[in-house]
Amino acid sequence: MTIREVVQILDGKVLVGKDRLDEPVDTACGSDLMSDVLAFVKEKAVLITGLINPHVVRTSEMLDITCIVFSRGKMPSEEILDMAEEVGITVISSPLTTYTACGELYLHGLPGTKPKKKPEEV
Amino acid sequence: MAVILEKNFPVEAGAFTTAGEASTTIKRTLKQLGVNAEVLRRVSVACYEVELNLVIHSLGGTLTLLVDPGKVTLISKDVGPGIPDIEKAMTEGFSTASAEARTLGFGAGMGLPNMKRNASEFDIQSEVGVGTTITMSFALT
Repeated sequence: MTIREVVQILDGKVLVGKDRLDEPVDTACGSDLMSDVLAFVKEKAVLITGLINPHVVRTSEMLDITCIVFSRGKMPSEEILDMAEEVGITVISSPLTTYTACGELYLHGLPGTKPKKKPEEV
Repeated sequence: MAVILEKNFPVEAGAFTTAGEASTTIKRTLKQLGVNAEVLRRVSVACYEVELNLVIHSLGGTLTLLVDPGKVTLISKDVGPGIPDIEKAMTEGFSTASAEARTLGFGAGMGLPNMKRNASEFDIQSEVGVGTTITMSFALT
């Protein structure tokens, strides 16, 4: 799936990264808990979240997440958008709730990320 | 082996606004050195987790990046308060994080286990009233 398709499916508005809409995404994750995102998300992922603060971008940067979707029509601050622009992460605002946005992407064939092994299993 | 690079990053207690800046710099530095994407990602995640821990839990500390031909090493050394029960702290879901940290989406008790999961080697030493030192290495081959 491309970011352009994600935008269409989620009725989204592209806030950052209009020139990167043809980039592919392989997986997705819906979470407001950045601790969880850091623990299991893979690269080339879309992060769908209702949490709005600069650490959403910072977390995404560390994980090579390529696209962040802010759900329920939330609009991030200029500071957040500037950070995303600087590190090349596409930012979308969608009117859908996190649950519905995840459901729509899954229905259209975008799989979720599988949790990594627990430390005691490594 | 000869150290190619050594850099120290002071991390201030409670500095939530700037938390992650050291990790961003470390990630960019390693990328410029040509560290492969998979290792870079693991270093970055562990680095960000440990930097957040310094901000959330410590009284302040230093993050040190060491690069030698075979591995990347991250050392987090703080000046307290120390961890009374390391085994408990290493348990997924256990957290003593503040409400402020939780509001930002952290403090779920995933940090230390996630560092261990991402590092090739992980060591934690702590003494209450003295401080905590976490050493993580990441093999480059």
